[in-house]
Amino acid sequence: MRFGVVVFPGSNCDHDCFHVIQKVLQQPVQFIWYAAGRFPKVDCLILPGGFSYGDYLRTGAIARFSPVMEMVRRQAERGGAVIGICNGFQILLEAGLLPGAMRRNRDLTFICKYVHLRVDSNLTPFTRRIPQGRILRIPIAHGEGNYYCDRQTLARLKAEKRIVFRYCTAQGQTSPDANPNGSLENIAGICNARGNVLGMMPHPERCMEQGMGSTDGCELFLSLLSAARSALSA
Amino acid sequence: MSDKKPDWMVEVFITLKPSVLDPQGSTVQQALNSMGYENLTDVRLGKYFQLTFRGSLARPQVEKQVQQMCDKLLANPVIERYEFKVPPDPGSRRVSGRA
Repeated sequence: MRFGVVVFPGSNCDHDCFHVIQKVLQQPVQFIWYAAGRFPKVDCLILPGGFSYGDYLRTGAIARFSPVMEMVRRQAERGGAVIGICNGFQILLEAGLLPGAMRRNRDLTFICKYVHLRVDSNLTPFTRRIPQGRILRIPIAHGEGNYYCDRQTLARLKAEKRIVFRYCTAQGQTSPDANPNGSLENIAGICNARGNVLGMMPHPERCMEQGMGSTDGCELFLSLLSAARSALSA
Repeated sequence: MSDKKPDWMVEVFITLKPSVLDPQGSTVQQALNSMGYENLTDVRLGKYFQLTFRGSLARPQVEKQVQQMCDKLLANPVIERYEFKVPPDPGSRRVSGRA
């Protein structure tokens, strides 16, 4: 499976993503420069974490106008996998590829710590191998992860099972005290209607090797690889 | 002396929609309340922009372009709303009573 990692000015998790794809998953991967109008076809595009354009104006607001975003949009439209992690998620929201918006964290602080996530939907290629309700330990690192959408959008996300990850306790309770940033309904990750575009605030690429405190990040990418294999054999 | 028209000075104000919780505003409000301003009941924080356009542009064009800029980039319609002030003539600095 071929991966592309988009590099915006200010991305800082791009090399982490590249590293785990190449060394842990042992899949072909290339960097894609934000100014690129065209690039070779990839099966999965990663919009990595960081502070694109210094987070000026709003997180992701300026990055969404980068030339590369036209190709990201096309990848999403043709059903190719797109995953936005942290700042990548914020960019997908600003670009309108996912609904809603990010507010400052409830307590106005930058939060960098491990959290528990409950997998609430395995209808996406990123989670199809993970049993629903499974609890993952994946770190977050953000100042603006307080997800918001209006009531109609929330109802639609729920009805279509598009809330993929929720912040929860170690036992899987999505209680307010398990919510690190004030996010609506403890939402940590959502997908588009087709399931091929995923946005999530936690960083799976930071927990895919022994010694990183968790290897749960592998679950997403192993799901994606198995989805790609069954698509090929179908 | 130059006969160049003075520039348009436009002000844009962006705030979170009333339905969206503003944690920064709440924190500032709490601080002001604890300083003794007990009658203060709400604070909403926002962004302020000063946009300068060439004076040769007609006023309706300025208004149209500012509106487009707000819709496309300056504000996020999911959580924010905006208002802007274009003065009656280029060169006038301020139209509102805002300090």
